[in-house]
Amino acid sequence: MAVSERTTGTPQPIGFTQSTLGRVGMVLRWIALFIAVVLFLLPFYLILRNALSTEADITAPNWTLFPSHLQWSNIKELFDDTQVPMARALYNSAVVGVLGTAGQLLLASMAGYGLARIPYRHADKIFYAIVATLMIPGAVTFIPSFIVVSSLGWVSSLRGLIIPTLFSGFAAFLFRQYFLGFPRELEEAARVDGAGYFGVFWRIVVPNSLPFFAALAAITFIGNWNSFLWPLVIGQDSSSWTIQVAMSTFITAQTINIHELFMAVAVSILPLVLIFAFLQRYLIQGVTQSGIKD
Amino acid sequence: MSAPTKTPSAADSVTTGERRRPRRRRQKGIAGNTLWFWVFVGPFVLGLLIFSYLPIIWSLVLSFFEAYNTATPSKFVGLRNYIDMLTDHNFLSSLGTFTIFAVFIVPLTFVLSLVLALLVNQVKIARAFFRSVFFLPTACSYVVASLIWRLSIFNGVRFGLANTVLGWFGIDNIAWLSTVSPPWYWLPLVTVRLWLQLGFYMILFIAGLQRISPTLYEAAYVDGAKPGWQVFRYITLPQLRATSVAVLILNLIAAYQAFDEFYNLIGNVNYARPPLVYLYGISLGSIQDLGHGSAGALILAVIIMIVTLLQSRIFGFGKAGD
Repeated sequence: MAVSERTTGTPQPIGFTQSTLGRVGMVLRWIALFIAVVLFLLPFYLILRNALSTEADITAPNWTLFPSHLQWSNIKELFDDTQVPMARALYNSAVVGVLGTAGQLLLASMAGYGLARIPYRHADKIFYAIVATLMIPGAVTFIPSFIVVSSLGWVSSLRGLIIPTLFSGFAAFLFRQYFLGFPRELEEAARVDGAGYFGVFWRIVVPNSLPFFAALAAITFIGNWNSFLWPLVIGQDSSSWTIQVAMSTFITAQTINIHELFMAVAVSILPLVLIFAFLQRYLIQGVTQSGIKD
Repeated sequence: MSAPTKTPSAADSVTTGERRRPRRRRQKGIAGNTLWFWVFVGPFVLGLLIFSYLPIIWSLVLSFFEAYNTATPSKFVGLRNYIDMLTDHNFLSSLGTFTIFAVFIVPLTFVLSLVLALLVNQVKIARAFFRSVFFLPTACSYVVASLIWRLSIFNGVRFGLANTVLGWFGIDNIAWLSTVSPPWYWLPLVTVRLWLQLGFYMILFIAGLQRISPTLYEAAYVDGAKPGWQVFRYITLPQLRATSVAVLILNLIAAYQAFDEFYNLIGNVNYARPPLVYLYGISLGSIQDLGHGSAGALILAVIIMIVTLLQSRIFGFGKAGD
C-alpha cells in the first residue's frame, strides 16, 4: 500500500543519522558486535582445541591457546573405546534423524493436504483434534508416552525411538496453512488432465513446494539429531543409544577423557554444521515459519 | 469465480484461515472424497490417537492408581497421588527452581536476542556473516553445550577457562557447579541456554524487524522523532508486539520443560532440580513410580497451560495487528 510513497522519499534513516553522536554510537555498536561474536564462537574454539589436544595439554595448569601438536589420533581412540559404542550411536542417530524426518514430513504433509483440500464433513472436528494436541507441552508427555511404548515392547529399539515422534500436530498444522495458500490453478490444470488427489499431490503440489519441505526438513532433522530426553528414556540398553545419550553417559563415566569426549562432540556436530553451511537459507525460513504462527 | 460470496478464492482462504470452508465448489468433481480424505489424513490421525491421546488418557488413569513398576495397576487410590505431589517438598522446590530459572532466562533472552537482532539488522556489511555466527549454536545440542560448559568453561579446577581467567586476577578457583552458597551454578545454567537459544529468537526478531514498513520510520523522521531511543520506543517496539509475545511465550514454555542442561550439568541433585528432572527421577529411576509420575506430569501440564493462557491474555495475543 505504501510502496509508491516509499520511492519518493529519501532512501533514509532506519534509526540513526551520521551525526557525531551517531558515529560514537556506531563505534559502540561495532564493539558490542565484536564482543558478541567472540563469545558466540568461543565454545566452537574450545571444541576444536580440546578435541585435538592430548589430555596433558588440556589439564596443564597454564592455558595454552592451541594444542602443542594436533592430536588426530583422538579420532581413532574415540572409535576404539569399548566403553562407549560411538559408531553404533552415530548409526542410530543417523537412522533416527533421517527416517524420523522423512516419516514426519510424509505423514504431516499428507494430513495437511487432506485437511486443506479434500472436502469431508467432519474435517473441522479432525482439525481441532489435531490442534488440541498443540496445547499439551511436549516434554511433559514423556512419562505417558513411555508407558505406551513400553507396553508395545519397544523400549531400547529404533522403533521406539522413531515411531512415537512421527506424529507432529504442529507440522500438520503448518502444512495445512501452507497448502491453503497453494495456488489452486496449478491443481485445477492437473485435475482437468484426469489426475486424482493422489496424482495432484505427488506430481504437482509436492514438487512445487520443495522449499517449504526443505525448511521443515532442516529444522526437524536438527531437532531429531539433538533430542535428548526421549532417547534417554527409551535407550535403556547401550545398543539403542543415540549420539546424545552416548555423550551424556560419557560425562558420568568414572574416568573422563576430556580429549576423547570433545572429539565425540566434534564428530557429533559435524553433520549439523554441514547443514548450516549448505541449507542455512531454508533453516532460517523454517525458524521464521514455525516460530511464529501467522 | 462468479459467486464470490459463496466461493472464496484460495487467496482469501489463506488470509482468513479456517473461518469458512473453501471446498464446497469442487464437491461434484471427484468421487470418493471421504475415502481420499482418510487415505491422506487417516495414518496421521491413527498415530496421533496412539501416541498422543492414548498416553494422556492412560496417564490420567494411572494417576489415580498406585503404580509401582507397572503400567496396568489394580490399586485405586483416588486423589492420593495428586495430594502427595502437591505436598511433596521436592516437587514444590522443583517448581521453585523453575521459577528462579525463568526469572533469569526469560527477560535475559528477550532483551539480548532483541539487541542482537537490532545490531545485526543495522549492520551494512557482512550481515549474513553476523547472523550466521549468532545462529550457529542452534546446531548444537544441549548435551554438547553442557559438555563444553561443564568440562571446559566452568570446570571447577584450575584448567577450566573461567577459573583460568579468574586466576589472572589472583582469584581462587570456584567450584561452579557444586557451590550452593553463593549459588554459582546458576551462571553456567543460564549462560548455556542463552548461548544455545539467543540465535533462534534473534532470527524471529529480525523477521519481525524486516516486516516493519520503512514509511513508519520516514514518518517519524518527518515528525522530528529523535533517532535512536525515541524511534525504538515509539515505532520499533510497538511494531514488534506480535513477535515479542511469541518470543516470550515460546521461551517460557521451553524453560518449563528444561531438562537436558540441568541433567547434564549437575544431575539429579536437590538444590537445583527443575520439575522434569524430578519427574524423570521418580518415574524412571530405580523404582518406576508411574502413579506419582503421571500425577506430577499432569499437574505440570496444567500449570504450563494456565500460565500460557494468562500470558497471552495479559499481552493480548491476537489483538496485536501485523
